[in-house]
Formats: sequence, structure tokens, C-alpha cells
Amino acid sequence: MNVVALTPWDLAVAALLILALAGLSLRMRLGVEKQLLVSAARSTIQLLLIGLVLKVLFANASLPWVALMAATMLAVAGREVMVRQKRRLRGAWGFGVGTLSMFVSSFVVTLLALLLVIDATPWYAPQYAIPLLGMVLGNTMNGIALGMDRLAQEVTTRRAAIETRLALGQDWRQAIADSRRDAIRVGLIPIINAMSAAGIVSLPGMMTGQILAGTPPVEAVNYQILVMFLIAGGTGFGTAVAVGLAARRLFDDRQRLRLDRLHG
Amino acid sequence: MFRLEQLVARHVGPLSLNVAAGECICVLGASGSGKSLLLRAISDLDPHDGEIFFDGRACSAMPAPEWRAAVMLVMAESQWWFDTIGDHFIDGVDAAWLERLGLTAAAMSWSVARCSTGERQRLALLRALMRRPAVLLLDEPTGNLDDESSRRVEALLAEYRRTRQAAVLWVSHDEQQAARVATRRFVLDDGKLTEIRG
Repeated sequence: MNVVALTPWDLAVAALLILALAGLSLRMRLGVEKQLLVSAARSTIQLLLIGLVLKVLFANASLPWVALMAATMLAVAGREVMVRQKRRLRGAWGFGVGTLSMFVSSFVVTLLALLLVIDATPWYAPQYAIPLLGMVLGNTMNGIALGMDRLAQEVTTRRAAIETRLALGQDWRQAIADSRRDAIRVGLIPIINAMSAAGIVSLPGMMTGQILAGTPPVEAVNYQILVMFLIAGGTGFGTAVAVGLAARRLFDDRQRLRLDRLHG
Repeated sequence: MFRLEQLVARHVGPLSLNVAAGECICVLGASGSGKSLLLRAISDLDPHDGEIFFDGRACSAMPAPEWRAAVMLVMAESQWWFDTIGDHFIDGVDAAWLERLGLTAAAMSWSVARCSTGERQRLALLRALMRRPAVLLLDEPTGNLDDESSRRVEALLAEYRRTRQAAVLWVSHDEQQAARVATRRFVLDDGKLTEIRG
């Protein structure tokens, strides 16, 4: 089936929407016109660049290049998790906890899918590996950022209760158990919502894209189901690991709650 | 039985103090003098220098939860994390003690939100006593109570101290109360403890 290729003119027509919206913002004095234009320009440039990168990568499908691409994506996601938190851990922990958890969960989940489910040749074929990793990583990143942000907020507001539990002789795990549970739950809510609404309220982007590109709907649906499950697994385990590590870091070797390990 | 040796924490110390089994030491002092910080350091909730011994064992040589279960801090503001009072009493409750504090057995089914500050303070003390600590660190344990309830708390603590040979470190701002309950009284000023004689 032939895909209708988009010309720059087609994109320019869509860009009129952004300009119109900026005009509205100016007229209603919403004050977001500059942000709107900058972010639209950013996404255009970033996506064009990634298009070129993927083109080169697909032409040179070797494991080191795929791995380099994956490592870059992980580092950017790690930074994103860090800056999204209002009170993040001080020092290397701020970047390390989120990045390590994403590495553990997203990479394992994506590898699992590549080796056991998709079984492409070679297994690291970038057409499969990079988009899958990107989707899992992007969602895991959200879950981890939400979970860690909630954990920091919880321990800050419940500090006195946690310390009372410690004073009664409970160990750190018991003292922070409620806050930790809450934080993991918050990280999981978006993917649970996405799964319940999928197909009824929303047609997920990946599936829509495949259908637009000419894939038979049933095949696109199968891929979407696979991706949903991978995302759920990556997000859930990633958030559990990240919140667990962060919770541990909030106590010292004498099991004292150390809020000074969080940024103001 | 319980000993501070050159204890230094934020705003307090260096302090040395020997407390015998069954003793009740009252610590008086202006607000902001570091009384609460002293208790927090002793329960090892705040970092500190120097050493604290209980029954010949050093704080740093004991696992922290075990130390805090033996040397138990009851904070001035009571904290609750479950919906009902009873959920916080994992080992159950001594009905006789409840009654001595002027509370009924029904208190265990009360929702935390409905309790008055005074009820919560007495229940928080009872929650600590149910763990049977050997040393009690009390931060203004009658701070939110009327005279009658204060006397009840004082009486129960005196009995607990006598029957279990427990040591008590009692922070108070009330000199008359200190005179009633203490075996020895100290003033914390400028980070140093000075004994009040006579």
C-alpha cells in the first residue's frame, strides 16, 4: 500500500494552527505565545534531526550504533526525570536513581520483547529496537518522575509521623511504607488509565501512526497491545525500583530520616 | 543504667549524665534552649557526637530500631498515621492503664480525627508505654493537659518507673511539676546541664 507522503507545504498548513493559537494567546493575554512558538519550533527541529539520525542508523544497523543511540536516549531521559522533580535528591543520586531504575526496567523489558516476542533479524534491528525503547523509556520516565516527586513530597509533609514511628522502634522500611506505597501507586496511575481508555476513548498514537502508514488495523492493534504491556511492565517495575532506592537513600546508616539529602 | 558521655548535638553539649534505674530526671529550660533536640539526639534521631550507654551497651553498637525501642522518645506533638486509634496499638492495650489516664476501652475504636489534642497526647504516651521501654524520653508529656489529667499521667508514669525500674528523662517547663515528679532536676542553658539543688 502506498503512503501519501507529506510535503513541507502540508506541514506549513498545519503550522498555521500554531500561529493562530499564538495569535489567540496574544489577544487574550494568556502570555504563552512565546513558549508555544518556541516549543513548536523545538519539536520541529528535534524531530527532523531524529529523522535524519534514524535514517543513518537504519542504513548502518550495527550493534554499537544502536547501543550508543539507546545510551543517549537513557541519559536524556535521566536528566528529564531529574529536572521534573521539585525536591530531588542531592548530588549524583538525583540523576543516578532515576537513570539506573530506567536502565534496569526499560532495557530489560525492551530486550525481552526484542528477543522473545518480535524475534527480528538481527535482534537489535533499529527499526524495532529504537521505537520500542523510546516508547517504553518515555512512559517509564513519566512514572518514575511522578513517583519520586510524590515520595519527596510525602516524606516532607509526613516527617513528624515517620520520625514518631522510628522513635517507637520501627525500622525505616515500616516507617516509610505508607509513603512508598503511595508514591509507587501515583507512578502507575497514568498507564493504568491509558490501558483502560485505549480503543474506546483514545486511539493510541503508535497504532494510529501505523494505520496511517498503511498497516492493516488488526496488525497495528497487535503491536499496540504488545507496546501497552511493555510500557506497563517498564513503568511499574521502574517506578518500584526508583522509589525503593530513593526511600532507602532518605535514611542514613542509623536509620534517621535525612531530609537534608533533598534539595530545598 | 543509662549514661551520656560527652554527648554533643546541634545546640547542645558536651553533656555527661548518669541516670540510675528507676530515676526520674527533669530537664527545665527556656524554649529554644535545645531540650527537644537533646531528647532527639539521645533517641538517635539526630546525628550526634559522644556516646550514650544503656545497660552497658553503646548506642552506636546497637541496631538503631533496637536502641529506640529500649530508649523511647515520646514527642511533644503526637502523630498518628492510621485512621483509628486502635490500629496504632499493635500489641494491644492495657485496659487498666487506659482507665488510669481517664480514658475508656472504647478509645481504641475512636477515629484519630475526632480526638482532642489532650486525648491524643495521653494515647500517644500509652502507645509508647505498651512497648515497655526501659528508658523514657518525654517531651512535655502533659503540655496539652488540664491539671487533673496531668496528675493522672504523673501517677501512671511514677508507677511504671517503680514497677519496671525504668529511667525517665522528662522535659518540662513547669517547675512545680518538676518538683513533684523528679528525683533530680536540671536546667539546660547554653547547651549545658546545671543541677538544681534543694
